[in-house]
Amino acid sequence: MLYREAGQFKTTYAADQQLFPIRQDRIGLMLLAVAFFGVPLFASEYWFSAILIPFLIFALAALGLNILTGYAGQLSLGTAAFMAVGAYAAYNFQLRVEGIPILVSFICAGLTAAGVGILFGLPSLRIKGFYLAVATLAAQFFIVWCLTKFPWLSNHSSSGVISAQDVVILGFNFDTPVSKYLLVLAIVSVMALAAKNLVRSSTGRAWMAVRDMDVAASVIGIKLMPTKLLAFAVSSFYCGVAGALYAFCYLGSVEPDGFSLDMSFKILFMIIIGGVGSILGCFLGAAFILLLPIFLDYSLPAVAELFGLPFSNATVSHIQILMFGALIMFFLIVEPHGLARLWQIAKEKLRLWPFPH
Amino acid sequence: MSKKIGDVILDLQNISLRFGGVKALTDISFNVCEHEIRAIIGPNGAGKSSMLNVINGVYHPQEGKIFWHGKERKKMEPHMAAQQNIARTFQNIALFKGMSVLDNIMTGRMTKMKANFIEHALWFGRARKEELEHRRKVEEVIDFLEIQHIRKTPVGRLPYGLQKRVELGRALAAEPSMLLLDEPMAGMNVEEKQDMCRFILDVNDQFGTTIVLIEHDMGVVMDISDRVVVLDYGKKIGDGVPDEVKNNEEVIRAYLGAGH
Repeated sequence: MLYREAGQFKTTYAADQQLFPIRQDRIGLMLLAVAFFGVPLFASEYWFSAILIPFLIFALAALGLNILTGYAGQLSLGTAAFMAVGAYAAYNFQLRVEGIPILVSFICAGLTAAGVGILFGLPSLRIKGFYLAVATLAAQFFIVWCLTKFPWLSNHSSSGVISAQDVVILGFNFDTPVSKYLLVLAIVSVMALAAKNLVRSSTGRAWMAVRDMDVAASVIGIKLMPTKLLAFAVSSFYCGVAGALYAFCYLGSVEPDGFSLDMSFKILFMIIIGGVGSILGCFLGAAFILLLPIFLDYSLPAVAELFGLPFSNATVSHIQILMFGALIMFFLIVEPHGLARLWQIAKEKLRLWPFPH
Repeated sequence: MSKKIGDVILDLQNISLRFGGVKALTDISFNVCEHEIRAIIGPNGAGKSSMLNVINGVYHPQEGKIFWHGKERKKMEPHMAAQQNIARTFQNIALFKGMSVLDNIMTGRMTKMKANFIEHALWFGRARKEELEHRRKVEEVIDFLEIQHIRKTPVGRLPYGLQKRVELGRALAAEPSMLLLDEPMAGMNVEEKQDMCRFILDVNDQFGTTIVLIEHDMGVVMDISDRVVVLDYGKKIGDGVPDEVKNNEEVIRAYLGAGH
């Protein structure tokens, strides 16, 4: 009833190309923005450092992977490695360049990751699908190996552990969870908006054209090589910045082995469950994957108690793994476009409700 | 019809194309004049689609010369066809399935857009202006093909006939000087064929676009084309106006078999 576009007429192409063409969407988004920026008034420290900050950072990494896999159609298993490049690059820029502002070193970290991404994207010019996934798997192992092997990269610390420097912008030290949260939120919002703009412009159309039918794309005049490499660069840039934020605003100290294949898979699951080829899906997927374990932690013991079953913490983690596996299979079979697609269907139904057509 | 057929714009001389030991095309020569509708016909496997792929640079013939507007064309990549204003549709629909009709047709204008990805990300300056400018052009194509009602529908959900029409739209959006159509009417019912014929004739008439088409429906080919070239087993066996070709002994033999 409330969600209708009836009566909202578009008289210009500009109005038709808005990000949120329906008024109710815009109102909803404003409420959401207020909620996110209003959270600091209510939430506890635990919420910021254990839930909200990792949610935003993983959503950003998922955004990076989704640009590459969801939009440009190039499967990648090296997401965590590109995040590691970002984290270590930001650390080294801070360490070795005198007086570099932290935001500049984040951007440089992104650019470094983009460079590495282009390098590992080169095989995509010749191979596709699973074979490409294996090639990006090489990036995953090679980069982690590099970070452990060359002590210079971690400033000669034992086993490559780095401790991120303080985040100081214009004299203000972002040391509390709330301030870090707001910084991450601001960065992620800007980058999500940029990603949305990219995918609705001709850059995004070129990516999707290459994804859907590369022969037709090249006949139309799209050059495959620059298009694919740009997707790798932009994707790795996003992952790199996410990695830098992961080290500087979330964990504080990271080691190369922390950016394992497991993490790459986790981010891949986020976009599968959230929605391949959807910006919103990255956020939904990240929220889902991060919140599900927490939800299970709380609800499973309660359920067990209800039925009087014996219960241990090990069971919880086993059930978590089971649930993830089952959910991935469920989404791949039932709704390959994930939560974002379910949301879209719900909106379409809502527009017509209570009529069937 | 009182249309003007211009000079030769595409001249193919002694084209031979081999895939390993398979000879797809052998010593084929023909030309295409400006503003004409040129049909390529022949039984299955005659090399018709290969011929189109040679014209737009997907295949590279081992022998022969291609002259485009009087200049010899050397090594060519597929994306260069678009720069030379050659657009095409495919035998098996090659639309971008995940994208809407509007976005599909917008990709047809890709080569005319100049903004880079940073401008796109910021949605600023040229990026924004171009998007609106080209949207206007695309809407003209949408009006022309009478597909206004489906402009926001993902193409994967459309019926076959409409998908063919959208593919024509994507090719038209590039404002090509030459349009290559690979079986534009295959698998269509009579009504859809009539529509498609109308569009092809209108494109030719209103925009003066040169059209090279492959088609199996002889009624259609003989009605709409100005000249017809007939291929069989990779060799040219006939060339001329429809009436000439219809009465060509060799063509009749290729189509109906030797017994007739």
